Amino acid sequence: MSKNNLTCLQEGESARVVSLLNTGTIKRRLQDLGLVEGTQVQCIQKSPWGDPVAYGIRGAVIAIRTEDAQGILIN
Amino acid sequence: MGMDKNSETEEFIIALAGNPNVGKSTVFNALTGMNQHTGNWPGKTVSNAQGIHHYRGNDYILVDLPGTYSLMAHSAEEEIARDFILFGGADTTIVVCDATCLERNLNLVLQVMEITPQVVVCVNLMDEAKKKNIVVDLEAIEKDLGVPVVGTSARSGKGLKEMMKKVEALCNGTIKPDPRKVHYQQTIEEAIAPLEQALDDRLHGRLNSRWLSLRLLERDDAFIAKTGRYLGFDLMADKEVQDAVHAARKALGKQNITLEKLKDSIVSCIVFSAEEAVMGNISFQRNAGCAGCEGCGCCAGCSIHTDGAAASRDRKIDKILISKYTGIPIMIALLCVVLWLTITGSNYPSQWLADGLFWVQDRLTDFFSWLGSPDWVHGILVLGIYRVLAWVVSVMLPPMAIFFPLFTLLEDFGYLPRVAFNLDHQYKKAKACGKQALTMCMGFGCNSVGVIGCRIIDSPRERLIAIITNNFVPCNGRFPTLIAIISMFFVGTLGGAYESLLSTLMLAGVIILGILLTFAVSRFLSETILKGEPSSFTLELPPYRTPQIGKVIVRSIFDRTLFVLGRAVTVAAPAGLIIWILANITVGDMSLLNHCSAFLDPFARLLGMDGVILLAFILGFPANEIVVPIMIMAYLSGGSIMELSSLGELKTLLVSNGWTWATAVSTLLFCLIHWPCSTTCLTIKKETGSLKWTALSVFIPTAIGITVCFLFTSAVHILDQLIL
Repeated sequence: MSKNNLTCLQEGESARVVSLLNTGTIKRRLQDLGLVEGTQVQCIQKSPWGDPVAYGIRGAVIAIRTEDAQGILIN
Repeated sequence: MGMDKNSETEEFIIALAGNPNVGKSTVFNALTGMNQHTGNWPGKTVSNAQGIHHYRGNDYILVDLPGTYSLMAHSAEEEIARDFILFGGADTTIVVCDATCLERNLNLVLQVMEITPQVVVCVNLMDEAKKKNIVVDLEAIEKDLGVPVVGTSARSGKGLKEMMKKVEALCNGTIKPDPRKVHYQQTIEEAIAPLEQALDDRLHGRLNSRWLSLRLLERDDAFIAKTGRYLGFDLMADKEVQDAVHAARKALGKQNITLEKLKDSIVSCIVFSAEEAVMGNISFQRNAGCAGCEGCGCCAGCSIHTDGAAASRDRKIDKILISKYTGIPIMIALLCVVLWLTITGSNYPSQWLADGLFWVQDRLTDFFSWLGSPDWVHGILVLGIYRVLAWVVSVMLPPMAIFFPLFTLLEDFGYLPRVAFNLDHQYKKAKACGKQALTMCMGFGCNSVGVIGCRIIDSPRERLIAIITNNFVPCNGRFPTLIAIISMFFVGTLGGAYESLLSTLMLAGVIILGILLTFAVSRFLSETILKGEPSSFTLELPPYRTPQIGKVIVRSIFDRTLFVLGRAVTVAAPAGLIIWILANITVGDMSLLNHCSAFLDPFARLLGMDGVILLAFILGFPANEIVVPIMIMAYLSGGSIMELSSLGELKTLLVSNGWTWATAVSTLLFCLIHWPCSTTCLTIKKETGSLKWTALSVFIPTAIGITVCFLFTSAVHILDQLIL
């Protein structure tokens, strides 16, 4: 399967995290939320302007902006 | 932060840690009987609150730490929480968790357990979990973690006694915890083993050597310095420690484990460890909802059931409240509903209060004339102090006592983070942070509180923007003034249902204007003096919770009443006194007040107001509540003495002093857009630590207010000329 990022997911679709290209604080923050390699993520809902998007991560719903979601590679 | 322990009275220090929005403050309030504000959104607790809980003869000093996802100190709150657990001398740390999202929460539990074995895990929100058919096997998790685990529902107080029993047992040593260790990658384990040993010999149990070894490898210099201050000696100055650190780094380097990889690996191992701990210990009563989860692999254990029956109700609500087509319209509609209920609902109580309070004023007047006291005594006490108090209470109290319960209901329900979610794109365009929406919501209550709330924004640049622009949200003290002016000048003649509907729309318009200005000014600041790009941001959308309607209404009416009465006594009454004196000491042929207003008059006219209005705003600096009473007193000192027990009579007074609809609009605009009150200014100074930013926070809204009023007034003049 080709490498995609989180923004490719449509509402309702899920995927597994392959790696994080993000750097610095945001990377740490995402990891603290449990977003590490192998974590299942579901795209839950886009906001009225399509950005940010709410994702289901380990039972919690987390909104992430497009720029940051682009760094999260999925399979 | 350390506190002295007094062994005679058996005092224990208990730290309350936990993820944001898991009900930490609710646990804190339930145990201490204090009233820390709680709300269903992350990041609400911004400083360490302290309270005492008495349990079986001992005192437990509870310290409510800010909510954090981790203790890796990526933000100020995490640093505060970590430092307290590490250096604060806590006898036991309670980690409050959300039963509906336990796996993620255990991440923090494991991190705390790495620092201290004295941990009680409080699995809160068991009632919510039950509603969602989530069954948590607490005993199994306790066995797995090796520290006491207690299920609670803090809102109803369930399980808290049980929890204190465990806390007591940990504090007096009856329970010996055996915390589960996080196992790291083999290479890392091998690398830190010698370092751990070296530290063990020097720390004598004062800090956890395993945990500290990892931090030393992570090269956090500021933290190492802090540890040195705590220990009273510099670890890294020790030759043997230094060598061990170098050896460990070398060993890692050989395996190609860079600093970045080391950090990644540590976090991943903790996350997987948390996953393991819940594996098999959480189940769902109805498995029917598991459909969307095949291939997830951890179905039996983890709670990634976002598609499950449990979360589906939340997703249905979200489809309406935060979706593309309905999100924004519903947000505006909700604002209007809240405003409409506030305006309609406060009409009658306002009138009753006014009737009552002014009846009392008449009796007071009778009393003073019966006493035969001089006029000035009656003037100061009744016409000065009492009348301003009566105005503030009758006009300010009802809208606040209605607005806040409604607002709190939305907050408890979990709507506020959704507002931030809906609006974040606009904030991003302004190169600011979506969480600014939350601080603006707090600004409705009090701008000073909103400014403190800006601490939830991590980026210093974005935080400053939020602080400087918070004043564009009309607060507690301005809100009723806006309502009063709108009802007097724009809707008074319509009557009936249309009246309150039109008031609502106008007030919503004023508020939306404030919000648009916030975007514009944020954008402007981002392009000029606070240049920068929007930083990354994550926002948790908490599960919807059914608000405890009765409790919220009683609580917030009570709180608001106290708040308004408190302000009335501490600010309005003294102001009333001073202003009455100014209004009644005449120099030449005019009172001091009139001298001042006459001086301001030419400038104020340019802004569509008059000297009295502008003077009222200036003298209203200590509190926006007193702006209208000052106007009344200034106008009244001109001569005619009249009763002012209704808005109708007030309007007559204003009109007889030359007010037109255009004056009303200018006053509305200036009320929305002018300098922050004194309390807010002091808070800004405290929060930013800089006079420059405080001055700017005063200058920007003032300059915009003057410009807007001037443009509006000029436009009206030009139109007038054209029509004539």
